[in-house]
Amino acid sequence: MPDKKTIWTKKDLLGLEYLSKEEIELILYTAESFKEVTTRQIKKVPALRGKTVMNLFYEPSTRTRTSFELAAKRLSADVVNIEIEASSVKKGETLIDTGRNIEALKIDIIVVRHSASGAPNILARNVKSRVVNAGDGWHEHPTQALLDMFTLKSKLGRIEGLKVSIIGDIAHSRVARSNIWGLTKLGALVTVCAPPLLIPDGIERMGVKVTGDINEALADADAINVLRMQFERDGALAFPSKLEYFKQYGITAERLKQCKKDIVIMHPGPINRGVEMSSEVADGRNSVILEQVTNGIAVRMAVLYLVSYAKDPAPSKETMRVGEGGAG
Amino acid sequence: MSKSYLIKGGRVIDPLNKRDGILDIFISGGRIEAIGKDLGQRADETIDGKGRIVAPGLVDMHVHLREPGREDEETVLTGSRAAVRGGFTSVLCMPNTDPAIDNPAAAKSLKAIITKDAACSVLIAGAATLARAGGKLTDFERLKKEGVIAVSDDGSPIQNKDIMREALEHAKTAGLILIEHCEDLGLSSGGVMNKGFISTKAGLKGISTKSEYEAIGRNLELAKKLDARIHIAHVSCGESVDLIRKAKRAGVKVTAETAPHYFVLTDECCAAYDTNTKMNPPLRTKKDVAAIRAGLADGTIDAIASDHAPHTDAEKDVEFDYAPFGITGLETMLSLAVTELVEKSVLSWSELILKLSANPAAILGLERGSLKEGGPADVTIIDPDKKYVFRKDSIESKSKNSPFIDWELKGKATDVFVNGKHVMKDELIL
Repeated sequence: MPDKKTIWTKKDLLGLEYLSKEEIELILYTAESFKEVTTRQIKKVPALRGKTVMNLFYEPSTRTRTSFELAAKRLSADVVNIEIEASSVKKGETLIDTGRNIEALKIDIIVVRHSASGAPNILARNVKSRVVNAGDGWHEHPTQALLDMFTLKSKLGRIEGLKVSIIGDIAHSRVARSNIWGLTKLGALVTVCAPPLLIPDGIERMGVKVTGDINEALADADAINVLRMQFERDGALAFPSKLEYFKQYGITAERLKQCKKDIVIMHPGPINRGVEMSSEVADGRNSVILEQVTNGIAVRMAVLYLVSYAKDPAPSKETMRVGEGGAG
Repeated sequence: MSKSYLIKGGRVIDPLNKRDGILDIFISGGRIEAIGKDLGQRADETIDGKGRIVAPGLVDMHVHLREPGREDEETVLTGSRAAVRGGFTSVLCMPNTDPAIDNPAAAKSLKAIITKDAACSVLIAGAATLARAGGKLTDFERLKKEGVIAVSDDGSPIQNKDIMREALEHAKTAGLILIEHCEDLGLSSGGVMNKGFISTKAGLKGISTKSEYEAIGRNLELAKKLDARIHIAHVSCGESVDLIRKAKRAGVKVTAETAPHYFVLTDECCAAYDTNTKMNPPLRTKKDVAAIRAGLADGTIDAIASDHAPHTDAEKDVEFDYAPFGITGLETMLSLAVTELVEKSVLSWSELILKLSANPAAILGLERGSLKEGGPADVTIIDPDKKYVFRKDSIESKSKNSPFIDWELKGKATDVFVNGKHVMKDELIL
């Protein structure tokens, strides 16, 4: 349970980098009670009755959008979904204009997914509506990391002191970044493992151990978070073939033999079976992949609830321009 | 008949003539008629220089005035007024206009606009290659006849080594300086900020220092082989400073400039996705800022230039990835240099004026950059102690894309004379 004195004061949830340990714990704690709601016969509470949530998605995403939509609906909020094709962004209305129009529609919370890193920060700076980041570029995917941590905590009882390895395309992964911030703040020991070209510059300064050796990443790990490999972009240059990747980095039953017996295996989905992990592992006893999906709703309910009730929040530093806040 | 002026009792700093003392300057007929103690000439107007610095007119050798083609961002009129506001008497405008200044007719028509609109001396750089495409060289000799004083494909670095060789050779023959934006596009393409920890954290694609210094290395080698002059634009990182320092020691005819943002800001400013921190080359690290300062102090970097790159709010108020590169700089350059270099003892006043006036004038071959009797009366008067907050609504440039808005700065130009004409008086453009 988090410190009783912790109250939520932030207007937005833009990334876990910007949260304190206590704020992260508060979200996880709040999610516990909403988890219970999702197991009831009638899965609905009136917490956000009369509020409107807009899912503003500049990138196609069925699972995250559905999860946010269900979370909002189970809190009795009204939900509107908008999908904007990324290709039309540059020619069409600007993000800020879109945000102001949404604000004029009296939307309380904007859940935004965008292919450009920092788009939620820019949006948050320009609207009074609360902004929740549902994934931006390679930057952050805070609710995914929160649901990963929630799942981990419910499986192993704690986060502090756990050894967690994040395996896969770290360079292009917002899931990796949010997990690193969240896990390290809560005291986990994080290792990232990827082919050398998929390890971004200076990642060790985020407080993680770096390795290219899958066996090192698996040895002693209490949990692993296996990322989706996307060969269709830079990954194609960084790694020659799917089969080769599976051989060198894929999680197989054989490799699991050297691991802790109760190692928790997570994946943000969708899985490439036979690329990041074998089907046997994905469907095996250590996999919590479907529990992650269920927990996602409770965690997103907690986030929507908390940002919605923050009173007169001050603008956060992560959205400020250079001259603001006394720089210079 | 133009008015005559007597600037009395200012601290005259003219590094080229090794002058630094309380002196009077008498300006008449567009020329400096006399410099000395307690001059007795009678002038139409006397200006009290007490407590102020009287310097040769400042020269900014790297600005973008956007005319023709992007008059929504800046024009010769608004850009040259911004220059005067910043204390500049001469600016060199880069040829990446639309269309580019890649033929004599384009230079001629730009010259006509300058004659009509410019508030200070606006000098023209011509494109080095047609349409700045890096393929076929422009006609340097004919451009020069139309008043072009330098050639550059600024913003579009010349990738092909043979073309670069030809450009250096022809510039040498034509007696023009080649100004090169050094960047290996193969290494930097798609990048939006410095490659490093901050870009990793922010999830933005990085531009390595390597993409800059490898291109500089290649171009220095060519300049050395051909014994040709080259000027390196906007140096941003430590490795580049090291290469230029070594090349100078080895006798390569290289000069270099940096911009204020490279000795003031770091890539940490990009972490909140403020698009006014997006420029090319990108803001680097603390280590690089220190190296740039050291390069300025030891003379490796000859000049400070603004790379004034105006963009409209509409263009800049977008996602970091989609925003154009560049910030305005004419109106903050002098103050940033005073605040960050003179006040912090990186440069003396005399050294600063070298880098803001005498050196860029010499690189461009201008009869400017010093105060001599009989010479053109380009004079900038600076209040070295003036503290002010740089406000958006005070900006003279048509564009407001500056990361320095609301910064408290020290040191400001109060009066500017261009060819003996008093174009700014007590911070008011006349």
